[in-house]
Amino acid sequence: MSGNTEHGQFVRVSEKERTEVTMHVDGQAVTAMAGDTVLTALMLAGTQVRKFEFGEGARAGFCLMGACQDCWITLEEGGSLRACTTYVRDGLRLTTSSVPI
Amino acid sequence: MSIDDTILIIGAGPAGTRAAETLISQGLRPILVDEAPASGGQVYRRQPPGFIRSAKLRYGFEARKAEALHACFDNIRERLDYRPETSVWSIENRTAFTLGLNGVDRIPYKSLLLCTGGVDRILPIPGWTLPGVYTMGGAQIALKAQGCTIGRRVVFLGSGPLLYLVAYQYAHAGGSVGAVLDTARLRDALPAIPGLLAGGLTLAKGLWYQNWLRLNGVTLRRGVQPIRVEGDGRVSGLRYRTAGGRENQIACDAVGLGWGVKPECQLAELAGCEMEFNAMARQWLPSGDVDGRASIDGVYLAGDGAGVMGADAAEYRGELAALTLLADRGVSIDTARQDTLKSRLRRLMRFRIALERALPYPQGFAATLPDDTIVCRCEGITAGDIRYGQALEPQEINRAKAFTRMGMGRCQGRMCGIAATEILAHRKGVPLAEVGRLRGQAPIKPLNIFIAGEAADDDPDRAASI
Amino acid sequence: MKPIETEVAIIGGGIAGCSTALHVALRGVPVVLLEKRQPGAAASGVNFGGVRRNGRALEELALAARSIDIWHNLSELVGNDCEYAMTGHLKVARNEEDMEAMAAHAEAQAAYGCEVEMISRNALLARYPWFSDLAYGAAWCPTDGQANPRLLGPSFAHAARRAGATILENEPVVSLEKDSDRFLLRSENGLEIRASQVVNAAGAWGARVASWLGEKLELWPMMPQMVVTEPVPYFIEPALGVVGGDVYVRQIPRGNLIFGGRSGTANLDEGFGHAITEEILCTLQRSALVIPRMADVNIIRMWSGVEGCTPDHLPVLGSSATTPGVTHAFGFSGHGFCLGPGVGAVVSELVLDGASKTPTEAFSISRF
Repeated sequence: MSGNTEHGQFVRVSEKERTEVTMHVDGQAVTAMAGDTVLTALMLAGTQVRKFEFGEGARAGFCLMGACQDCWITLEEGGSLRACTTYVRDGLRLTTSSVPI
Repeated sequence: MSIDDTILIIGAGPAGTRAAETLISQGLRPILVDEAPASGGQVYRRQPPGFIRSAKLRYGFEARKAEALHACFDNIRERLDYRPETSVWSIENRTAFTLGLNGVDRIPYKSLLLCTGGVDRILPIPGWTLPGVYTMGGAQIALKAQGCTIGRRVVFLGSGPLLYLVAYQYAHAGGSVGAVLDTARLRDALPAIPGLLAGGLTLAKGLWYQNWLRLNGVTLRRGVQPIRVEGDGRVSGLRYRTAGGRENQIACDAVGLGWGVKPECQLAELAGCEMEFNAMARQWLPSGDVDGRASIDGVYLAGDGAGVMGADAAEYRGELAALTLLADRGVSIDTARQDTLKSRLRRLMRFRIALERALPYPQGFAATLPDDTIVCRCEGITAGDIRYGQALEPQEINRAKAFTRMGMGRCQGRMCGIAATEILAHRKGVPLAEVGRLRGQAPIKPLNIFIAGEAADDDPDRAASI
Repeated sequence: MKPIETEVAIIGGGIAGCSTALHVALRGVPVVLLEKRQPGAAASGVNFGGVRRNGRALEELALAARSIDIWHNLSELVGNDCEYAMTGHLKVARNEEDMEAMAAHAEAQAAYGCEVEMISRNALLARYPWFSDLAYGAAWCPTDGQANPRLLGPSFAHAARRAGATILENEPVVSLEKDSDRFLLRSENGLEIRASQVVNAAGAWGARVASWLGEKLELWPMMPQMVVTEPVPYFIEPALGVVGGDVYVRQIPRGNLIFGGRSGTANLDEGFGHAITEEILCTLQRSALVIPRMADVNIIRMWSGVEGCTPDHLPVLGSSATTPGVTHAFGFSGHGFCLGPGVGAVVSELVLDGASKTPTEAFSISRF
């Protein structure tokens, strides 16, 4: 997974006793907890949702309420989802690069 | 209720909840559509299943109100046609087009109650698109609804009622708060005190949070001018100028940014509501009367989506708009209650005006952002791009959009619109209202082609052929 | 307020009007253009953006060729290339009948110097594997292209101003009268313009203006509607349209797909077009039938505009039949984007020289 991963962006400060969920991002397993949004899971594990289409750098979400549309992330199989309004589920396979159409 | 009678409420936050409650009490069964999986909106956002924190921990001083609102909703839920995880993406000819778990659907309505809420009002600053920068509201949602902080050491920058509250919540939850940087100046706040007192305990709570933060060693500064967010690939610090003019830098790995709330009124526009410029809010709002009617028959407005007045006002306006709707349908209503609600709203409006004066949006900074500051984060369009418009001299904001692509991204100008209009007005040397507002178009949020296409009206002659 | 005195007055600031203003100004002749909103605000600014000769009516090909020369030199002429790119254009056949019709037309087009090559289904799918097999084959015109419609009118207006033209915005023209040997135009705001010659480039309102001169023709408002997607990896280079006109698609290098089909609605008095949501759903469905990969993509905006459509789908271009000194240039029937720059050059010749080197007889208003 690209981006600075010496530590994640978000920090879990409470609600730590929940069922584990595993998804894959850029081919690597990312463990999250049931009730995490995809954005939360990504931000706990790394610092990127997707590469910015029109310049340097990456996107990591912004408003967390489905308004800014910053956190769209591509699915490995094609298509995309809005990370802050989608809950994690087992078997989700995501990529932070864009998938050729 | 037949289609001829359908009442559609959009939004299940405080306004939508109270509106629904009021209609239910008269035996009606409105359709209530909401994007989220659970009611409460953003300010009283519920936590996902499996989370165990108490309301007190999540909502602090507002816990009682939050619980009352949720209990209200839970009590009426079965008597509503409630459609969670359903968003409205277009409104046309008195029909709302929705996207839910089962795809696209249509809801024709006779009456529409828009309770669409708001989103943070932000000021782009150099470096704000770095990973690690979130809205103030977003920072609060991370904690309230996900049990996470947005970083290990967070700086909160902005102004408005949320600033000290979120910082307090973070510090109280064990998060590290690097600093709370308020762009408002004390000398703006002082004359607004009488008005601020009209907000009941809100001023006192705000002062309480500030005091607690100070006592717990958190750096608080007023009259701050942001310079830039720093970092290489992610946030590593924030540079700012103090009120005294000194340049400071503070190390941090996350920034919470926000200057109050702005309404989400794209659906009001699509529904045919007239928009008018509100000088106090420095924004375009859907026109409406004091009873909650919009400019077009059959449409009612409530909550922050009609103009930001906060959660308490949203509850009052939701109930008021529903009472008005009932009255308009010939149902006999409690007019004394209407008067009470309106009186409370007048008082809260005095508070809002004072708040806007005391904790203003820093339009001066917006207007003079460095040319290379990204303003439209979806498309990467800078302040300079907007000012010079490819040398085509845009006179108003839709022309600026046409020439520069600002506002053409996935968020359709939600985040950048305010700053962009301030920049353009300043460049032209004209009052803000004169540069207009971005014209809303459907879909108001991205919509998948396949899912939408599935819902196209079937024409057997056209099936599987082009 | 005294009337503004000028030589040439132009009604309408779409690409036809703005290009005319520029070409007249470049000849050193005083010209005033009155636009009811802003330059390029109507059809010129909201159309699909195809710069296309493929499948065009033969009568229009000389004008199109002239215009394409200007498209190739846009930067020089107006200081902005308006994102023009010669990406080629595919006209997609649904069946054998379409292929035969297009092949016949391609042969005729060759005589006008426009090379169009027929491509069989196998070759089409091999070259562009993202087509579904509903694509029966195509006519391919490599010299066609696409551009950003939002920039074209404003760029010409800007260049016209720099060349000395007066472009007046927010001035809807409400009357046109003869005033001894001159013309008197009045705007809604009371502005008066006196000119020796008038150009009617009023787009969807062109017939209304013509009627002030006693000239009657049917001009229907047409509202092609468009959708744009989020940016996705670039995979469609040519602009394309399916025979029958119900699906047309292009992709810009930034990645957004722009596509359209079917009709929206408009309020002619306001001048704004609106997409119709139900119709857009049909467009989405049909587009995904042609290019299945589009199924994964999100749309973010829809719009429409208002254009004037003549009974034979050819423009009205040339002298008024009733009033010497008035030249018409409107009614481009949904395919004027390519022609616009050239129309300005031709109209400036008609106005200033009495004749143009590009034939326009087929577009005479007298044919109605």
